[in-house]
Parts: sequence; C-alpha cells; structure tokens
Amino acid sequence: MDVTLEHYLVVSGVLFSLGLLGVIMRRNLLVIYMCLELMLNAANLALVAMSRYNGNLDGQIMVFFIITVAAAEVAVGLALIVALYRRRQTAHVEDLTSLKS
Amino acid sequence: MQAALFYFFAALTLVCGALIILNRNPINSAMFLVLSIASMAGLFVLLHAFFLAAVQVLVYAGAVMVLFLFVIMLLDLKEEDRRKFNLFGIITGVISVAAIAYISFAAIRSGSASVSRTASDIEGGTLPLGKLLFTNYLLPFEILSVLLLVAMVGVILLSKKDLK
Amino acid sequence: MVELLAWLVLFLPLLSVAAITIFTRGNAARSGAISITAVVFSFICGLVLFYALPESSMGMPIQIPWLSIHDQGLGLDLHVDIGLRLDHLSLPMILIVTGVGSLIHIYSWGYMKGDPGFARYFACLSLFTFSMLGIVLADNFLMMFIFWELVGVSSYLLIGFWYERPSAADACKKAFLTNRVGDFGFLVGILLTWATLGSLNFRDLETRLNVHSVEFSAVATAVGLLIFCGAMGKSAQFPLHVWLPDAMEGPTPVSALIHAATMVAAGVYMLCRVFFLLNVDGSQALQVIAWIGGITALMAALIAVQQNDIKRILAYSTLSQLGYMVMAVGCSGPVPAMYHLTTHAFFKALLFLGAGSVIYGLHHEQNIWAMGGVRRKMPITFWTFTFGTLALCGVPPLSGFYSKDSILAQAIKDHHYGLFVLGVVVALLTTFYMFRLFYVVFKGRPRTEAAEHAHESPSVMLWPLFILAIFSIAGGLLGIESLYARHFEAAVAGTEPGFWDRLLEPFNEQLLAASFGVLAVVFGWLWARSLYRNKAVDPLPEKLGWWSQLLRNKFYIDEFYENVLIPCTQDALARVADFIDRWIIGTFAVRGTANVTDVAGRLLRMLQTGSLQMYAFLLVAGVAGVLYWVLGK
Repeated sequence: MDVTLEHYLVVSGVLFSLGLLGVIMRRNLLVIYMCLELMLNAANLALVAMSRYNGNLDGQIMVFFIITVAAAEVAVGLALIVALYRRRQTAHVEDLTSLKS
Repeated sequence: MQAALFYFFAALTLVCGALIILNRNPINSAMFLVLSIASMAGLFVLLHAFFLAAVQVLVYAGAVMVLFLFVIMLLDLKEEDRRKFNLFGIITGVISVAAIAYISFAAIRSGSASVSRTASDIEGGTLPLGKLLFTNYLLPFEILSVLLLVAMVGVILLSKKDLK
Repeated sequence: MVELLAWLVLFLPLLSVAAITIFTRGNAARSGAISITAVVFSFICGLVLFYALPESSMGMPIQIPWLSIHDQGLGLDLHVDIGLRLDHLSLPMILIVTGVGSLIHIYSWGYMKGDPGFARYFACLSLFTFSMLGIVLADNFLMMFIFWELVGVSSYLLIGFWYERPSAADACKKAFLTNRVGDFGFLVGILLTWATLGSLNFRDLETRLNVHSVEFSAVATAVGLLIFCGAMGKSAQFPLHVWLPDAMEGPTPVSALIHAATMVAAGVYMLCRVFFLLNVDGSQALQVIAWIGGITALMAALIAVQQNDIKRILAYSTLSQLGYMVMAVGCSGPVPAMYHLTTHAFFKALLFLGAGSVIYGLHHEQNIWAMGGVRRKMPITFWTFTFGTLALCGVPPLSGFYSKDSILAQAIKDHHYGLFVLGVVVALLTTFYMFRLFYVVFKGRPRTEAAEHAHESPSVMLWPLFILAIFSIAGGLLGIESLYARHFEAAVAGTEPGFWDRLLEPFNEQLLAASFGVLAVVFGWLWARSLYRNKAVDPLPEKLGWWSQLLRNKFYIDEFYENVLIPCTQDALARVADFIDRWIIGTFAVRGTANVTDVAGRLLRMLQTGSLQMYAFLLVAGVAGVLYWVLGK
C-alpha cells in the first residue's frame, strides 16, 4: 500500500488533537507549553506533506518560519513562566486565576 | 520500505505525543517531546525535506528542549501531587478535541479527491530552500531576524531579578 | 471691480472685528482707530458704488454658490447662494448704515473715552455694522435671516455692554428673548415661502410669484403676517415693543446707532425688500401691518408724553416713528416708509447723540427735571438738538416734514382715513413731547448742581452733530424719495423736479395732508409752550390724574407680561421640560443606559473566571464553530 497525502494528514490531525487535549486537560504550565509545541509541530507536518504532494517549496519555507517563531515564542514564554514562578511560587494554572496580587 | 518506515515513525510520534500528556512528571514529558520531535524529523526525511529535518532536530530537540529542561530544573518542579480529579478538564478537552478532530478529518476526506495521489520529485534541500529564502522571501526573512532580536531583548528584560 | 467693492463694503467691518479681537484687544486707541478706519472705508466704498454703478448693472447678481441640495426622491430642491444685491433700495441704505455708523463711531471715540471696555465696545460696534450691512445686501431670505440673528447678537452684546449693572444685563436678555419670539415667526414665514414658491432668492421669488400667483395667494396672508413677526420683533412693534425702551441701558452712541437709526429700521427695510410678497391680491397682511404700525405709533407717542428720562423719551419717540414707517408699509407705500426711515436715521441719530452730549456734559444725569438751562452751557449741542427736534416734529422745510407728509399723503391715497387721523394725532403728540423735552432741558433755570456746572462736549463729539444736523435740515431736498421710487415703480417719466418744486411738493401733491401736518406741529408747539415754559415740575399729572399714571407706567404692558404672560407660559414650559427631563432623559436615557451597561457588565464578568482551561475550551469551541461554518458543514 502506497503512502499518500492522507496518511500524513491523518497523523498530523491526530497529533494536533493530542496536543489540544493536553493543553486543555493538563494543569502544569510547562506541560501546557510542551503541548502547544506539539500542536505547532503537527501543523508543520501537514505543511511539509502538502508541499511534497503539491510540488511546491513554499510550504517548507512556511515551516521554516514557523520553527523560528516557535523558538522565539518558547524563549519569551519560558521567561514569563520563570518570572511568574518567582512571584507566585507556582506553575499551576488553577492557582493563577487573577491578574493582580 | 517507505511504507514501513512511515508507519514506524508515525506510530512513534503519536505514542510519544500521547505519553507527553499522560505523564505526571514534567521531565518525562519533556523527554517524550524530544522523542516525538525526533521521530517527526524522520517523517520529514521521508518527505524529502532534508533541510527542515536537520533544523527540526537542531532547533527543537536541541535548543528548545534544552530550554525546557533548564527551566524545569530551575523551578525545581517535582512530580505533580495528585490533586482532585480534573473532571472539567477532561470533559471540555474531549468535547473540543472531538469537534476539531471531526472537522479536520471531514476536511481531509472531502479534499482528498482533488489532491494528487503521487508524490512529486521535489527536494527540500539546502540549495533550493536557500534560493527561495533569499529571493522571494527575503523581506519576511529579514523581518524574522528582527523578531528574534526583539524576543531576545524581551527575554533579557523579563529575566531581570527585580522585575517591576 | 463692482464685486470687489461690494464685498469690501460688507467685510471691512468684519475684518476690523477680527483684527481687534485677535491683535489689539489690550490697546484701546489702536482698536478704536482700526474700527473707525474700517467703517469709514466701507462708507467710501459705498459712496463709490452709489455714484459709479451704472444703471445697467443695478441688481446684477454677485453670488457665490453655498448650499445646494437636490433630491428627486424627496422632491427637495434647495439652492442658496452667498449673494449680494445692489439696487436702489440697498445702496442708499448702505450709505445710511455706514455713513451714520461712521459718525457714531467717531462720536464714540469721545463719549467712551476712558471706559475699560473701549476695545470690546468698538469690536461689537463693528460687528454690528457688518451684520447690518449683511441684512441690507442679502439677496436671499436665508442669508438675511443669518445676518438678522447676527444683528440680534451684536445688539445683545452692546445693550449689555456694562454687564456689571443688573439693569443692563436684564435689558439685553429681554431684548434678545423678545426678538427671538419675533424671529421664530419670521423663520416659519421663510420656510412657508420656500415650501410654496420653492426658492429663497428674492429675484427668483419675484419671478415665481408671477407664475404661481394662485397657489401663493392661499397662504399669502399667513406668510405676510409671519414675516411681519420678524419685523415686529426687530422694529419693536406692539406687542413686542417692550424691549426697545429698556435697551437704552446701553451706551448712548449705541442707542443712537442701533436702537434709533439702523437696526430697528431693519424690520422696515425687510418689509420693503419683500414688499412684493406682502402686496399680493387676497392678502390681508398689509391691513394688519398698517394698523399695528398705527397703534404702536399712537401708544408710544402717548407714553413718551409722561416719561422723565431723556433717553426713554427718545426711545418712545423712536418707537412711535417706527410705527409710522410700518404704517406706511401697511398703506402699501414702501417709498414713504423708506424715505422716513432715511430722514429719521439722520435726525434721530442727531437727537440721541445730542442727548448723549447733554448726559456727558451733566456727568451721566438722565432725568430731565434735574437739568434745565443747558442752552447757555452747551450752545452747540443746543442748536443742533433744536434742529433735530424741529426735523422730528416735521417743521417745513426740514427733512422730517417731507417724509412724514409723504406718509400721511400715502394714507389718504390708500383710503385709510382712520390711519390718517391717527397719524395727525401722533404728529401733534410728537411735537408736544419733543418741545416738552426741549423746554425742560434747555430753557429755564438750572435746577441742580450738575446742570449748573455743565460743560460743552469735546469737538470729536460735536462734529458728528454738525454733519447730522445738516442732513436733518436738508434731507428733504436731496431727492431721496425719487431714488427709492425708482426701485418700486417703473421709471418715472418726466424731468427731475427743480429745487422749488421739491420745496413745495407736499403742498402741491396733497394739500390736505400737508396742511394738517403743519397745523399739528403748530398746535403741539403752542400746547407744550403753554404748559412747560419755565416750569420746575411737571404740571400734567395733576391735570390728567390716573391717565398720567397709566402713561407713566407704559400702559402696564410690562407688568402684564411679567405677571401674567410669562409666568403662565413659563410654568407650562417648565412642567413639560421637567417631565421630559425627569422621565425621558433621566429615566430612559441616563439611568437606562447606565443600567443596561451595568447588567451587561455583570453578565460578561461571569466569563472572566480566570481559569485557563475554560479560556482554552472557549477558544477551541470558537475555532471549531468558525471552521465548521467556513468549510461548508
């Protein structure tokens, strides 16, 4: 059986759903962050697969950009988490329900 | 051969993805994320996106994961104590995942007729990508470098001790 | 060139207002100089226009398109220009406004010397000149109305010039509000005209009137009376006359310029300008106008007989003369009306400035019984004032005689015999109260310290008196009447009348009117002389008894307004306003919006739980919804 575009898309979709499930269910900020990365990667996979099956490199360029943005995002996000932890001594979303204090 | 490799990498990616969210210890989650990403690099290779596979490993499995682990160590996060059962999270999570999954699979199924079933012979090597980046996508590329700079400055500011 | 001159005439005073308010507010002398220069130059431009404008370009349009609304669906077609109209009606009027205005500006330089509001005073005076010129030159109703209101504003500012005095503050408020009543009617009249004839331009109206005469005659009376409402307010006709005597709270030059010579004449001018709208078959408006004018003339003359304030006497005299002019319009004689307006502008300005000079010389004493014997102390003022008095009474061959006679003759010609008799009685009363004033103020002995030490005014105040006196004397011989006649009647055939013809014209034309006019003057003079010569107190109250009380209190009209009319309307309006404010604005608008916002805020706040999982769930739900909608179910 040949591997077609749908195979990749299904893998990407399942991965995305897993990430989403993690984001909603988990309560540790860091794990939520990891799940976000997972979702981004799922999108990347879909883009690369599309690029391959459409014979067009633009999708891969997009992935390149996404990776860069994700790297910047991770850096800023983790810095925020560290700052938050310093102040509140927790990385648990249920303890972080108000903006002030 | 191709099919076998695909199934292997796909399964590895998905299993590791599932383990990320199932694991109670953040360090373990991070480790599974590395595995998942690395196996996705394998999928990239299968798709002839060689440059991206390398970048994936370098940036994600290298830099990003090191950051994650570093922060985990810094915060000294222990294994989560067992809190009260997160019924709300599970219900909402399942509902939204079901909705998204349903829509995306419906979209895949309805769109499959119009996509070519055979892979093109396109090669995502360094040369063609580089050419594209420095011609058609020069401006976004430069803007992206500015973005990285901004992120760097922001992080430095955020990580100062007396954050006001 | 003509256009430039016309615009200059109009806008020079406005420029001076701008210059004074922006640059020289702090500098009294410079402000006054700017203002005087502007109005004198405006006068010169007017003179050039008057003498150099060829007959062919009379009434040519000078227009800048301003507002054009054309809507087929609504059937709306409104076209308004900023337009000037130069013709035989407006050109002499410009000369009166700027000419008398210049003299009064110059006079004010002396009269207002040392007043802290000197610059403000001149700015207001120039603003008034600008707005008055606007009324005169306007070629459409809307523009006229705008300037009409501007005149009201500048009059308000000038009456209340000494705003720290409560009486002045009240007077300016009263003048403004009373005028508003009239202006409301005027505006409705304008709208009604537009609704029936579809234009606001005077020339268009005139041509359309010929085409749509049948449609218009249905509303002609209403339109005429509504437009007359405007004139009623501005020209202080009964029953809206109450503001004019109180307006004397302003500085005396202001009374002379605005409340005697020009602004109050604006109503009469406007009636003459739109005379073609009033003089329509089937319109009863002119009848009403004539009688209101007559009643005002008689009533004001009667009141003037028993006033003791020199400016108030002149104010009621002005009212009475305005009634005369309005009566002339009502007797379908716009030419006599304009004629009397012109001569009245000369001698009434003269009288007011003379009175101002007396007041100035007596250190702001206005009660005539505190004067006496001023003749010897202020000879120049005395002589010029005398000529003003004679002209106002209508002694031949002074200007007042000719214009007043033409009005009486017009009343006979139009078969208004009742009004003719009324006019003669008013002429008699006019002579009586003017000579009462004359004898009490200038003859006899000084009755107070102030009168003892009166001094003649500075020459800057006397020169305008001279010039106005000359015009008051010779105004009847200049051919002003034929000038106006050219506007209203088809070209007069025949040669220009010679000097002797003009001198004796009233006797040739309408002997009855002229002889009655002269007789009224003679009897009035004899009566006043017998009563007031060398008297120290007024003998009339004893003889007349409660009549005197009635006259002294102005027929209690003010009291009637204050105690009956105003409370009633005010209470009713207040109740309505209270209801609207309390229930509609307070409850629905203010508290209603507040409550809706409050409830909405409370509801929306429930979404802000702070739970990240909730947010994520809602986000995904939203995304899913959008995707479902976009991807086609």
